[in-house]
Amino acid sequence: MKEIRLNVNGTEYDIAVRPHATLLEVLREDLGLIGTKEGCGEGECGACTVIIEGKAANSCIVLALEADGKEVTTIEGLADGGKLHPIQEAFVEIGGLQCGFCTPGMILSTKVLLDANPNPTDEEIKKGLEGNFCRCTGYTKIIESVKVAARKVRG
Amino acid sequence: MKEYSVIGTRVPRIDAREKVMGEAKYAADYSLPGMLWCKVARSPYAHAKILNIDTSKAERLPGVKAVVTGKDFNGWTWGFMATTRDEPPLAVDKVRYMYEGVAGVAAIDEETAEEACSLIEVEYEELPGVFDPEEAMKEGAPIIHAYRPNNVSVEYHWNFGDVDKAFADSYIVREDRFETGRVVTGFLEPPASLAYYDPSGQITVWAAKQSPYFHYRHLAGCFGVPLSKVRVIQPYIGGGFGGTKNDSVAGDFCVVMLSKKTGKPVKYIYTMDEVLTTCRRRHNMTVYNKMGMTKDGILTAIETKVIGHGGAYTAIGPLTMFLTGYGTPAPYRLPNYKYDAWRVFTNNPVSAAMRGHGFTHTRFACDIQMAMIAEELGIDPVEIMMRNAIDNPKRGDVYRAVNGFKLKTCGIKEAIKAVAEDTLWADRKKMPTEDGPISYGVGISGTGYHGGARQLGHQACAAIIRVCEDGTVNLLTGATDCGQGSDTVLSMMAAEELGVRYEDISIKRVDTAYTPVDPGSYGSRVTLLAGQATQLAARDAKKQLLEAGAKAWGVKPDEIEITNGVVSLKGNPERRMSFEKLAKIACYEGAGAVILGRGHSDYGVEEHLDFNNGTGEGGINFSFTSQTVRLGVDMETGKLDVTDFTIAHDCGFPLHPVSVESQNEGGAVQGLGQTIYEGFIMENGRTYNSTMLDYKMPRSTDIPTIKLINIITDDPDGPFGAKEASEGSIVSTPPAVIDALHSATGIWFKELPVTPEKIVKGLKEKGKWMK
Repeated sequence: MKEIRLNVNGTEYDIAVRPHATLLEVLREDLGLIGTKEGCGEGECGACTVIIEGKAANSCIVLALEADGKEVTTIEGLADGGKLHPIQEAFVEIGGLQCGFCTPGMILSTKVLLDANPNPTDEEIKKGLEGNFCRCTGYTKIIESVKVAARKVRG
Repeated sequence: MKEYSVIGTRVPRIDAREKVMGEAKYAADYSLPGMLWCKVARSPYAHAKILNIDTSKAERLPGVKAVVTGKDFNGWTWGFMATTRDEPPLAVDKVRYMYEGVAGVAAIDEETAEEACSLIEVEYEELPGVFDPEEAMKEGAPIIHAYRPNNVSVEYHWNFGDVDKAFADSYIVREDRFETGRVVTGFLEPPASLAYYDPSGQITVWAAKQSPYFHYRHLAGCFGVPLSKVRVIQPYIGGGFGGTKNDSVAGDFCVVMLSKKTGKPVKYIYTMDEVLTTCRRRHNMTVYNKMGMTKDGILTAIETKVIGHGGAYTAIGPLTMFLTGYGTPAPYRLPNYKYDAWRVFTNNPVSAAMRGHGFTHTRFACDIQMAMIAEELGIDPVEIMMRNAIDNPKRGDVYRAVNGFKLKTCGIKEAIKAVAEDTLWADRKKMPTEDGPISYGVGISGTGYHGGARQLGHQACAAIIRVCEDGTVNLLTGATDCGQGSDTVLSMMAAEELGVRYEDISIKRVDTAYTPVDPGSYGSRVTLLAGQATQLAARDAKKQLLEAGAKAWGVKPDEIEITNGVVSLKGNPERRMSFEKLAKIACYEGAGAVILGRGHSDYGVEEHLDFNNGTGEGGINFSFTSQTVRLGVDMETGKLDVTDFTIAHDCGFPLHPVSVESQNEGGAVQGLGQTIYEGFIMENGRTYNSTMLDYKMPRSTDIPTIKLINIITDDPDGPFGAKEASEGSIVSTPPAVIDALHSATGIWFKELPVTPEKIVKGLKEKGKWMK
């Protein structure tokens, strides 16, 4: 076991992890943050997307050791208590979700996209969400949600 | 059009908040103290006898608590019909497809369970396999199931009218061979279940099922316990689309058996590799279609021969082959029709239901063949569709198809007209037809799909409404929202009927210990059938409330109305009280009362389905869809860029427009995937593209701009006039894309998926390849 320090959603955790444990396993099994989902487990579907130091990452192919000392944001870290983040509000209002399994990853990828580009075009939104697979919606309402979220975030 | 308070509004989905916060719990998110992990050991052969299984090494591995094999299930098998229950939880005497489960392990963690699987020693005697259905039908082919020595798992021969005479009298007759692809449903959440077999003999599972009550029957049968002792608690479901999550998989049975053996809770989660190599997929089918027409392009007859690739077990195959033939007499008038179908066993994974079940194969073939004949006759494609399309029956009239199904509404003509007038089609000749190596095309389709699937009595469903003492409402159904939005729609229906606000409805997820039985999500049945049950339950509860209110006000119940949570006297709107006040009066006056409303769906039982003759009512109404597609083809590389869809869909009435739109968009994009790139690459039973990257489903960058037009026909049998949404658009997309591809290249592609390789091959054959 290896000792690491993770800063997840603003809380510091000093934990011992198996050297080959993925960040996804540690978030879900050790920290109980089950909002991060496992779809393919191979870095192809984006369901496990988290934000590491401002960048979107597939936590199923990141070793927990690689995140040692870093700031990690998961879906649980977005709302302010009971108040939804504007991106979450936009997905609720527009209906940018169906089964919801891709939604945490989709919302976190949206956050990374909008942090870098507060006024993306449709093409930039599609590119920004390319790594997040959704089978239910056909993406149309997700793209619309991101546009509404961008307006909300810009204020 | 009727005015509603809640129905037809764009309320947020009832589950949206939990889902955007990451608080919605799916099966894999559940854990219990002392829980063990299960992994399934799988066969490396596609067809082999099992001579011996030695689990001793696995059992000795530290951390392993129990191992089960096929023999532990005492010969129990399951399947859709009593005569086709041919699938065991784990293979017993032989394996019939590659990676079929042969043993299950429970261990203290997933890694140990996985390691133990590799220590299980199975002695196999490999048998010759057969992987192509037409090969499997030949004399002398390897026999997969002793009870079906010809390898035909299901066979139908239906005959309506006189096709031979009709073909003889036709001006033109075409015969073509079409192929649909071997595609996966593509849910993102892998199957998972947490099971606990408690000391009292009760089984409790948290399982990812879109039909939890099918699973409850499977578990009761498999473990020989009464249904009252099987509790399936339904978590949130990460997508279904039919097949796998309607059914049970090896892991589902293993966790319960391992829990029984160990006394501990046991959980499994499949990997995506297990999903893509062992789970249910759509039947791929070969459709030999013969179509006759008059000189004016009026349909005279269709004769369809279908060979369905069934894979290793029957599963829901009898229904698949039924649906594949059932829908052909719509949306175009068809006076003579013959259908011969064979579902054939092979040593491939099992084929089952998927969104657009059955209909997608034959509608694809018929729609394309009709366009081919239109081309030969020199008739405009829209014109030939309109000449044959079934008229919308006048209110009170019924259209009867040649095989007997009934239509009370039909929006196909209106839908075709809507897309033909839309700019994508109307202005297609003004748009550029080529740009360098890119050739552009626009195509059109017109299709139907039936919803409210109701085949037999054991598919009954009900709803219970309890009006709480403060005027809020608990809604219980056994229906499963696996993402389509049915919890939202059912809550809207309850609110509309009771006259309360949408926010006052609290819908409970399925728990077989408390909710009424329901077949779950398939055949676009939930909104229509659980919807009707919900409507009736709400009316029952409302009746009780109105009686209490009438007594309090000294009036008759029908003199009171309830709208938006306000109770008032019809003749004197000044006389009013809140719904909360009415609930209190009803619950607390006199000896008090508990306001419980109940409703039971009774649609579609007049004419039972006859699978062998192809008659009867398979559902309550048909949706109709007409779609146009614009795309560009690179005439050098065969690469396709599908840029626009316009979809006019007869949804009856859009109860929750957001969900109707999203379902139609999702269905169409899924349909696009299976038209132009999705398909398992297989050889000798092995799947060569068992990752999401290699299998390739549409990403955000792959989607066209989608324009939706709702056609409203207000069906008398759908609750609030509703029909299905999503199965229609997955059926309408493939023929529309193929028609557009023909418009761009002049070539009819008849085998799905139409990959760039096939396009280049087609272009080369016709001398159209641009180098």
